[in-house]
Amino acid sequence: MESAAVPQELPPDCGVHELFGYVGIEAVLEQMKVKTMKMGFEFNIMVVGQSGLGKSTMVNTLFKSKVSRKASQPGQEERIPKTVQLQSVTHVIEEKGVKMKLTVTDTPGFGDQINNENCWDPIIKYINEQYERYLREEILITRKRKIPDSRVHGCVYFIPPTGHWLRPLDLEFMRRLSKIVNVVPVIAKADTLTLEEREEFKQRIQRDLKAHAISVYPQEDFDEDPDDRLLNDRIREKIPFAVVGADQEHQVNGKRVLGRKTKWGIIEVENPAHCEFPMLRDLLIRSHLQDLKDITHNVHYESYRVRRLNESNRPAPSSNNGLPGRDEDGDESNL
Amino acid sequence: MAGAGQPNDGLRSLSLSGHVGFDTLPDQLVNKSIKQGFCFNILCIGETGSGKSTLINSLFNTSFDDSVSTHFHPNVRLKAQRYELHESNVRLKLTVVSTVGFGDQINKEDSYQPIVDYIDAQFEAYLQEELKIKRSIFNYHDTRIHVCLYIISPTGHSLKTLDLLTMKSLDSKVNIIPLIGKADSISKTELQQFKRKLITELVSNGIQIYQFPTDDEVVSQINTIMNGHLPFAVVGSTEVVKIGNKMVKARQYPWGIVQVENENHCDFVKLREMLICTNMEDLIEQTHTRHYELYRRCRLQEMGFRDIDPENKPVSLQEAYEAKRRKFYLELQRREEETRQKFVQRVKEKEAVLKEAEQRIQAKFEHLMLMHQEEKLKLEKKRKALEEEIALFNMKKANAELLQTQPMVSTPISLKREKDRKKYFLYNLHKGLTAGV
Repeated sequence: MESAAVPQELPPDCGVHELFGYVGIEAVLEQMKVKTMKMGFEFNIMVVGQSGLGKSTMVNTLFKSKVSRKASQPGQEERIPKTVQLQSVTHVIEEKGVKMKLTVTDTPGFGDQINNENCWDPIIKYINEQYERYLREEILITRKRKIPDSRVHGCVYFIPPTGHWLRPLDLEFMRRLSKIVNVVPVIAKADTLTLEEREEFKQRIQRDLKAHAISVYPQEDFDEDPDDRLLNDRIREKIPFAVVGADQEHQVNGKRVLGRKTKWGIIEVENPAHCEFPMLRDLLIRSHLQDLKDITHNVHYESYRVRRLNESNRPAPSSNNGLPGRDEDGDESNL
Repeated sequence: MAGAGQPNDGLRSLSLSGHVGFDTLPDQLVNKSIKQGFCFNILCIGETGSGKSTLINSLFNTSFDDSVSTHFHPNVRLKAQRYELHESNVRLKLTVVSTVGFGDQINKEDSYQPIVDYIDAQFEAYLQEELKIKRSIFNYHDTRIHVCLYIISPTGHSLKTLDLLTMKSLDSKVNIIPLIGKADSISKTELQQFKRKLITELVSNGIQIYQFPTDDEVVSQINTIMNGHLPFAVVGSTEVVKIGNKMVKARQYPWGIVQVENENHCDFVKLREMLICTNMEDLIEQTHTRHYELYRRCRLQEMGFRDIDPENKPVSLQEAYEAKRRKFYLELQRREEETRQKFVQRVKEKEAVLKEAEQRIQAKFEHLMLMHQEEKLKLEKKRKALEEEIALFNMKKANAELLQTQPMVSTPISLKREKDRKKYFLYNLHKGLTAGV
């Protein structure tokens, strides 16, 4: 006898049904597209690296606009901050009807001191603060319709092009941060390395990352199906991307391209033969942006939430021998 | 619906000098959804025989297997069935919940309660998942009811009281789309009147039915028109009839053929358009952002959570949980104490009963002992008496023997006297012995 208040499990699946004619279910995809375009998207990216590695230029090249102000403008005195500071700049950009609220967080002062111990702490604190903010909004009783999302979706880490190995600072930073945020390592200013040197450098870096069990984006654990795995494997072979940033246009073969002009040639930023900037852009924006956001929300944010909610779950020294009881709202049902 | 992230509030707008490529974002999102599949849950309320199953079959152009139900159910139940439909690359996990026995009982007071309970149970399940510490909400199969198709009987007069009551109790929990079922039994003019009457009744009773959203330019025009056609008069059919050279879904009568998909005959096509093609996403969103949030708010307040504590400071998550936990442990301890007390009480009572029984037995025992003693004494006495008798007899016997062994010099007269005396003595002895026993 079925009870009117529902069964705890779903009723048995009656299998896939054949449709005798057109129903129009696929129209829901269009509805979804329209809705998301109206709502707009949010994307928060953080760039980390020593000063002078071309972070701001890179961001400007990625988003084809003056998102960040470069620290080394002529006529401006460059000051190295005493501690790592985080500066966030938010802009709204629109392309073909799609609105995006882009927030770029810069970290001047990272790795610039003589003693760089714990220079990652302010960064970790910032990332956790964003998670905390979202968590607080989420557990309110009267919540907002759309919770403002300021969580960092991707952290681009700039590796100086030494050509040798990862430095201890790089390893320490990436190890700690890959646990709480998606880390995308890139080799900065790659135009100082020849193609062979690049390849060797990459191999060494990949070996180093594997040896230290650092999982950078795209993480292997989150591949959902074989197609994904294939696609991501191809990306993983090329990590870290060797990029060159440029925000000036030059004339090459009659076309205007973004590039760096040197005495020995023009390095075209968007030419896959010259540097891997297009791959980075495709990964970050064209194909995996939603994936970055999803992994941040479903994995990193959830593990932050678990940690946070468990912090207050100390078993009370009561007469029931510290056994947690079943709370009414079920939040201890997983202890 | 206010544009949730009005992105230009106080932020600089940048102009792009080239193609960046994030216009593929909606496509990325859609691809993700395609992989995950969509969930859609319909609740169909209507009296037995009002055409619910046929309508669903017609809507989704497929035949879900169900059997015709009887009118003799003692109470209203809900029957849920889950199907998976594929169309091009969209996977739709459809759950259809129908009422069984609605409106059949003689006493219909509790008819709508099972429905309300069911809807609340789905919200509760989602809320529990959301409140868990380790949760997997992104691949949670959503069972919350997204739309309620309420089928009104085509009487042509007005809403029944049962309809009013049911819809009133559901309008804040689910999106209600009222339909007139078996609309081929009403003529066109009667239908217009009926619809107007229904709408006025719904409005005057304060029942909020689902309004198709009119704030998006793309669909606002058609949605406004459709809003004016509510409630939809629908006819369902799974049989096909040949009209001209096409096979169409229709119902064949001696006086004509009612074509289900003919807009002049009924509003079925409008319903399908609105429900599936145009507003499915909005229905799902309204359920999540309006109805579910309302339920969540009420439930959390019921559970004692607050956003602002009595001092008007925002309550932190930890403190809320801590306070709740402390209260719970105190309650637990109190109940334990209570149970212990009860137990002790019961033990005491039992002990008293047993003690009393013990005492009774003891008294009985003593009484018996006493009686035993008395009996013993009596017997002692009797034994003594008997012994005395025996002693006396022995003495007499000895005396007699002594007399006999004395020399026989006594005269015959004394011999006679002796004999007499012996006789007399023996006679007495005999008498004494027989009397003493």
